[in-house]
Amino acid sequence: MSHERLADVTTGTDTAVGEGRDPYAAERRTTEGPVYTVTGGDWDELPSAPGHDERIVINMGPQHPSTHGVLRLVLELEGETVTQSRLVIGYLHTGIEKNTEYRTWTQAVTFITRMDYLAPLHNETAYCLAVEKLLGTEAPRRAQIIRVLLMELNRISSHLVFLATGGMELGSTTGMVFGFREREEVLHLLEFLTGLRMNHAFVRPGGVAQDLPVGYGEKIRDFLKVMRKRIPDYHRMFTGQPIWQRRLKGVGHLPLDGAIALGATGPILRSAGLAWDLRKIQPYCGYEEYDFEVPTSYDADCFARYLLRVEEIDQSLGIVEQTLAKLAETEGDPVMVEDGKIAWPAKLSIGPDGLGNSLEHVRKIMGQSMESLIHHFKLVTEGFDVPPGQVYVPVESPRGELGYHVVSDGGTRPMRVHVREPSFVNLQSMPAMTEGGLVADVIASVASIDPVMGGVDR
Amino acid sequence: MSDDETDRRIPVRGPLAGESPPSAAELTPQEEAEHEARGGVVAGRSRQGMFGVRGSGDTSGYGGLRLPAYVPQPAQRPYGDWFDDFTDDLLAAMADNGIPAEAIQQVTVDRGEITYYVRREDLLPLCRVLRDDASLRFELCSSVSGVDYGPEVPQRLHSVYHLTSMTFRRRIRLEVTLEVDDPHVPSVVEVYPTADWQEREAWDMFGIVYDGHPALTRILMPDDWDGHPQRKDYPLGGIPVEYKGAEIPPPDQRRAYS
Repeated sequence: MSHERLADVTTGTDTAVGEGRDPYAAERRTTEGPVYTVTGGDWDELPSAPGHDERIVINMGPQHPSTHGVLRLVLELEGETVTQSRLVIGYLHTGIEKNTEYRTWTQAVTFITRMDYLAPLHNETAYCLAVEKLLGTEAPRRAQIIRVLLMELNRISSHLVFLATGGMELGSTTGMVFGFREREEVLHLLEFLTGLRMNHAFVRPGGVAQDLPVGYGEKIRDFLKVMRKRIPDYHRMFTGQPIWQRRLKGVGHLPLDGAIALGATGPILRSAGLAWDLRKIQPYCGYEEYDFEVPTSYDADCFARYLLRVEEIDQSLGIVEQTLAKLAETEGDPVMVEDGKIAWPAKLSIGPDGLGNSLEHVRKIMGQSMESLIHHFKLVTEGFDVPPGQVYVPVESPRGELGYHVVSDGGTRPMRVHVREPSFVNLQSMPAMTEGGLVADVIASVASIDPVMGGVDR
Repeated sequence: MSDDETDRRIPVRGPLAGESPPSAAELTPQEEAEHEARGGVVAGRSRQGMFGVRGSGDTSGYGGLRLPAYVPQPAQRPYGDWFDDFTDDLLAAMADNGIPAEAIQQVTVDRGEITYYVRREDLLPLCRVLRDDASLRFELCSSVSGVDYGPEVPQRLHSVYHLTSMTFRRRIRLEVTLEVDDPHVPSVVEVYPTADWQEREAWDMFGIVYDGHPALTRILMPDDWDGHPQRKDYPLGGIPVEYKGAEIPPPDQRRAYS
């Protein structure tokens, strides 16, 4: 071995530890015996100490394809068995809660839609419901129907990503391709309806940004037709498949009392036998008018959580279909509150240079009414005042109870926006699901929690 | 009135509309006594100047506007809805378990939500009663969050708990007010294990110390981070501009229309 000192170019670690010693498995004597820190290379080179147990602490992540994002798992292994598991988060912390305190109430929507990027519309709606509760107003009926439509489409796309990433993590690349293919259908539809595939910022305090485009009904019906044909494929591919069943059945068990104590909501709680769905428990946005079931299971394992999500897609398709009739009923109704002190002043329309303020509105503020111009300017730059106070508004996101605790001091900006993120809270149940099981089952458990790190770290 | 006096005054006030801001001189002894008696819950910063003017005058906007701090008003019986029966049940359960009625400093009913301002030393036994008593049954602790009302407000840090009763389908809010010099509050992790990460987050972001927490470490920020980012007086960074050493000021120092 060369006597030249070598330094790892990426980490700056001195890898030349001396003659005759393994550069990748430095040995260090502690009171508990020798500790090997393996930094790279081949597992075969890990020196086997005679008479020593096989206790290994392994860092999985934050960069690992099957940790569902930048999630770091610290696992203590005894052979293949996990004796302790802990989670380290924070790698994707972007300070969105703090950022909203320096934006107007309307601008904050643009931030919170980027938190849980697989359920942006649930975030937008929950936030806007909170702001509306503080304002003491309510969005018009058509806006509520549009919100329900978008939220259910979003629930479908989120569950499809669960199937796709979950399938990939457990080795089914076909599942991944299927899931993302169907999700693409939803994203195409959402792009048609809101203008963007993700980060829509379409739901605004007081209603939604604009009415649905012409021809939305036909597009949605086509989408439903395609999805109704394709969803049974998942049952054909996964539900009856022996490998899928053996990987998931009886794995990641979390009974009801554990789930409640750990605050787990959504499919995890429903898989343990409690039909707890906020759309039924305390309906918002007029969910009481829709006819749907809350799929529930008593198995409390990963397979039950998988099955519930597929069934929820089915139920969501039903709700989407029901919104069509209600949308037809309310055709032409306003989608934003009438109150001119809250509603966005400009109406949007497509002009020769793309989407923008409608020509009619520009003509009015630039040529006819100075007061309208002032009003437009004040509302866009300064925003509207929200009376002081605090509210907590929960909605049922694809991952569970998504709650917004919003505090106002009476100004034009939020004083505090706290998000009770279901991914963040549900992740705490991961040690309870995995300790005592096998390493391979950790992956299945994390996949069944379906955390979105953008939401966890915010 | 000097600035010092402005800061020290206890901002007790009525509804916001059409009322002049109170000052220390305007508070009658009786009002002050009432304020003290209910535990002195203060929760809001006063605002002045239409364009967020602080210190020097504003040349482009109206700097004379003074809005007093918002203080959640104590609710008077009847509270309405299910709140009255529930509060009776709660007080009875507290008496059964030896928690004094003074543990609840103030009750506020606002926008259909009920808030109990709780003395911090009684928080943990109160949570236990709320979870275990058959007439209350708050099985789920939905959310724990910190709120900072800003440096000029007494008791500026608040630890807020949203509890959900799955049996009775009710939600309540518990709130503990803290001085920034003594930000200690007992941890509720032993009653609600789900509060573990949420308390760590509140410690990380606001520096609220949850006594008795099994491992109160930072969760979102790096372990060696200084300060607590979501406090209102946490210094924000500006953006340097590559020209003559100019800098885009941090968001809290920009001209603001608030």
